[in-house]
Amino acid sequence: MIQVFKAPDRWRIFFKNTIYEMYKLGVDSIPLVMTISLFIGAVICIQMALNVVSPLMPSYAIGLATREVLLLEFSSSMMCLILAGKVGSNIASEIGTMRVTEQIDALDIMGVNSANYIVLPKIVGFVAFVPVLCIISMAMGLLGGWCIAEFTTMISVEHYIYGLQTFFTEWYVWYGIIKTLVFGYIITSVAAFYGYYVHGGASDVGKASTSAVVSSSILILLADVILTKLLLQ
Amino acid sequence: MIEAKHVSKWFDGKQVLYDINATFEDGKTNLIIGQSGSGKTVFMKCLIGLLRPEEGEILYDGRLFRTMNNEQKRALRAEIGMLFQGSALFDNETVLGNVMFPLKMFSDMTPAEQLDRAHFCIERVGLQDADTKYPSEISGGMQKRVAIARAIALNPKYLFCDEPNSGLDPKTSIMIDELLSDITHEYGITTVINTHDMNSVLGIGEKIVFINQGHCDWIGNDKTIFRSKSQSLNDFVFASKLFQEVKIFLEREYESEHDKE
Repeated sequence: MIQVFKAPDRWRIFFKNTIYEMYKLGVDSIPLVMTISLFIGAVICIQMALNVVSPLMPSYAIGLATREVLLLEFSSSMMCLILAGKVGSNIASEIGTMRVTEQIDALDIMGVNSANYIVLPKIVGFVAFVPVLCIISMAMGLLGGWCIAEFTTMISVEHYIYGLQTFFTEWYVWYGIIKTLVFGYIITSVAAFYGYYVHGGASDVGKASTSAVVSSSILILLADVILTKLLLQ
Repeated sequence: MIEAKHVSKWFDGKQVLYDINATFEDGKTNLIIGQSGSGKTVFMKCLIGLLRPEEGEILYDGRLFRTMNNEQKRALRAEIGMLFQGSALFDNETVLGNVMFPLKMFSDMTPAEQLDRAHFCIERVGLQDADTKYPSEISGGMQKRVAIARAIALNPKYLFCDEPNSGLDPKTSIMIDELLSDITHEYGITTVINTHDMNSVLGIGEKIVFINQGHCDWIGNDKTIFRSKSQSLNDFVFASKLFQEVKIFLEREYESEHDKE
């Protein structure tokens, strides 16, 4: 870990690699994030409409509840659990393959700090971009709910929009973003650790990839509990 | 010159190298030979510093590797080129990108000078038409040549090659051997090649260190290898049918020479 966070040998190469990783790990995840968030936003809206049926509950509560679920949990925690699968397995298998094909040894022989050269741009690139994914997820989730309001008779668009605006707490957006920063670090560092210390061949790379996803998912859930307690109490 | 003095290595309590002493000379192709599992790759990794021997010392031109600090090790590594068994090319970089990598990381050249040097190295290994291709788009022999070009990009003083002929056809193997030999003599590099290919032994074995079950059993060259009295070396050298016939031929020649005398 100390080796990872040392100053890069060449800053220009580090920035170039960071931009590349930002694109590969972050920008390439946008379609997945948009698709999942849109559908889950719609599903949450339907679930709320079906389950919050009471003469005592105003209909705008559906929009309000959809917003709170998306902002507080889905767009940060659930989205990062999904990204742990995509990004985590990508990082672990890429670094693991570099290890078993001796590419990391080649870097070490050349005198390059391999941990720093390979891992740091991935951590910085993804952690810098993951809040963007979180915001996109929030927006798409709310859009999914709007689609239900627009194309079904479960709730009117006016009530849905009114619900989204009612009792809005800006801090919840920041709370989601802070959580994704921590989760982004967990995803990249855990996956890089498993990939970097692979020994053996192709099947070991696969095992490392699986272990990386499982471990980072558990750590994300644990961090979620701690962060919720710290940030929302 | 690289010297290994009393090098011993253990893995999980099991000894794999036993008190190895050897020197690898400047401007020569020095071969480490031995059967698979004899410990030659472990020995080479100890020489390079990828593994730390529990006992013994490695010296680079009199500089003790063990006592070097990180900066000194980094400086030394800039003098080392390495050709890995599987080439170890960076698969997200083109041929040109791979050869330019050490130049970008360690040289103070301008981008134009880096490009010139990379083109020179690529041409030196005969791959001038492949510089825009990715490693997955070229053959195993070409990958080895790219790895050689990358290894010589920074004008190394020491070149290590781990089984450069593995997985190659005999003709390509000979070409790689000749290329390594030419480069060694051209630039006066201390080249250490790990191999079990007898064609390499006979073709470029200016100095040969034979490792058998972790022991250094014999040191010589391509001229003296057939006259060795070492049983383990003879078992290794004459294992194939071809070399058994060579042995019979040599014995007959030896007898006829004796008869004439």
